[in-house]
Amino acid sequence: MSATVELSYRDALSKAMAEELDRDENVLIMGEDIGRYQGTFRVTQGMFDKYGPRRIVDTPITEAGFTGIAIGAAMVGLRPIVEMMTMSFSILALDQIINHAAKVHYMTGGQASVPLVIRGPGGAAKQLSAQHTHCLEGWYAHVPGLKVVAPATAADAYGMLKTAVRDNNPVIFTENPGLYTVKGLVPDDLDFTVPFGKAQILKEGKDLSLIGYSRMTQVNLAAAEALAKDGIDVEVVDVRSLAPLDSETLEASLRKTHRGMVVYEDWKFGGFGAELAARLSESCFDDLDAPITRVGGLNVPTPYARNLELECIPDVDDVVAAVRAMG
Amino acid sequence: MAKEAKLEHMETPAQLEEFYRQMLFIRRFEEKCNVAYRLGKIGGYMHTYVGMEATAVGFNAALRRGWDYVITAYRDHPQPLLMGSDPVAVMAEIMGRSGGLSRGKGGSMHVYDIERGFFGGWGIVGGHIPLGGGLAFGAKYKGEDRVTVCYLGDGAANQGVVFETLNMAALWDLPIIFAIENNEFAMGTRLEYHAADTQLYKRGEPFGIKSERIDGMDVLEVLKDASRIVDYVRKEQKPYVVEIMNYRFNGHGAADNDRQLYRTKEEEEIHAKRDPIIRLETLMLERNIMTREKMEAIDEELTDQVEAIYEKADASPFPEAHEVYDNVYTDLEPEKGH
Ligand SMILES: Cc1ncc(C[n+]2csc(CCOP(=O)(O)OP(=O)(O)O)c2C)c(N)n1
Ligand SMILES: [Mg+2]
Repeated sequence: MSATVELSYRDALSKAMAEELDRDENVLIMGEDIGRYQGTFRVTQGMFDKYGPRRIVDTPITEAGFTGIAIGAAMVGLRPIVEMMTMSFSILALDQIINHAAKVHYMTGGQASVPLVIRGPGGAAKQLSAQHTHCLEGWYAHVPGLKVVAPATAADAYGMLKTAVRDNNPVIFTENPGLYTVKGLVPDDLDFTVPFGKAQILKEGKDLSLIGYSRMTQVNLAAAEALAKDGIDVEVVDVRSLAPLDSETLEASLRKTHRGMVVYEDWKFGGFGAELAARLSESCFDDLDAPITRVGGLNVPTPYARNLELECIPDVDDVVAAVRAMG
Repeated sequence: MAKEAKLEHMETPAQLEEFYRQMLFIRRFEEKCNVAYRLGKIGGYMHTYVGMEATAVGFNAALRRGWDYVITAYRDHPQPLLMGSDPVAVMAEIMGRSGGLSRGKGGSMHVYDIERGFFGGWGIVGGHIPLGGGLAFGAKYKGEDRVTVCYLGDGAANQGVVFETLNMAALWDLPIIFAIENNEFAMGTRLEYHAADTQLYKRGEPFGIKSERIDGMDVLEVLKDASRIVDYVRKEQKPYVVEIMNYRFNGHGAADNDRQLYRTKEEEEIHAKRDPIIRLETLMLERNIMTREKMEAIDEELTDQVEAIYEKADASPFPEAHEVYDNVYTDLEPEKGH
């Protein structure tokens, strides 16, 4: 095991990108205000000065256009990292992402591939209101041909972003505004990568599996602590990689605890948590003592007023209450 | 003028015969596709290039084979044929067979031959245009002097991403030619009903991109203009918009069986006189470059050739059922079963 450094989630992302830029001349970053302005969430801070406009490309506000340009460039061997100022804006590029990037390798019968990373904050920041607050990872995970990851810790942010850059497929890398300042120990190793398709158990427990990803994993960890005080021993499972999905680790956890709850920030109805609950119910039916339940975001556009906004997003109290309600 | 001399050099009898063969080959290939479609050997949406041959042939001759990039929409059969792809693999792809360029995964609208610089083959009107920008971006980033030709239709010229890409192409000096093939129709909608300004080349002007309109029904004119434009883009490393006036003789696609809904027989007859193949025949007869007998012999030869291509493609089996899972990702298989 190599030495570790303590980094924020944001700095871990930044470090990963800088190292990949150094490692491979074909890696570049594109996005709005990522260069001269240093990035809306400062993830690319300092990079423009260090790497210049060829590698750190400030784009016009044309999500569909520059995403398409990144896809075309990836088809001829570049490895662009596209920063979406927020994932909400990737909606403008959906045609490029879903109908182009995700289809290239298949429609060409393997002749071409798209080594592209689309990354940015998804989910609630603070009072950004309805148009700037979206969890779209479920939409993307729905699409064959895309890989979708949602790291919850600084170490995973670092290791998974490196994996994403080195992957030859389009990867949707969703961050969460609430995670950028979360600190953690990150291996001080240029070649540390975290493979996709591997969930992890962040806390072992025997009574119930709390399954989540991205910031909800942090919520689940806190909920587990609170529930421990009541003598409920919760296992916290961090999905990390939505596509490909590590069903085995999730199933093994449920076979041990016999109870499961999926927690996700996205709108509850039809979100990725529903897919998790459905497939785990099918595969683990005989091992379960209760139906797998879900805690999700409220099915409303996210409102501005802080109290209402907080109402929408699952928090520790919501999770704890839901666990208690399971009996 | 030196330029003229160079042109005459291009108009050698051998060159004219080559153009004649290329255009006629595409014509016969596309006609065979129409027949195969009616026989149920080709499915889905299929769009032929009949009438527009001079555009692809003239432009192709101005490009560096195996070096420059070409990308277009779904009316894509002629491009790989001109760029050196195995015509049997092109036909097999159109027929959804394992011998196809993409082993039957793409079909008529999605033909690709990446190795030869042909990047498809796209079905979302306008969607491939930023991709074309990306090909040019990639070439420029790597310091290669490749030119990208991005074909698009008059209808596609209205899509938002076109303007986004024009802006970035000009902003970043991308070596790309936006070749707007104005065949006067977007499916069943005439140019005047879909474009506020029907002079589509002007769409480059707000971005400071050099732009012009050319005749796409005369292969020699196309070659002349394309050579000049390609040279400019390669040398200056700047984008270019060229509006190429042409006309499709068939319906929009194989499923379009009533052209009278949007144009009259009389109009079609007038445009039939612009047929690029007849135009070249007339020129070659006038200049005593080729006899009518020779033309007929070539036609027979190419018709037989296309027939043989079709037979070979038809002998290619359909892909194996398990291949449905291949190439979703480069490195992993999707979950299997329903
Ligand atoms: C985004 C989108 N909208 C609509 C269609 C249906 N459609 C296919 S081709 C076409 C007309 C396009 O015309 P043009 O760009 O002039 O190309 P042409 O067919 O004349 O070569 C339409 C409306 C589509 N494929 N994609
Ligand atoms: Mg048209």
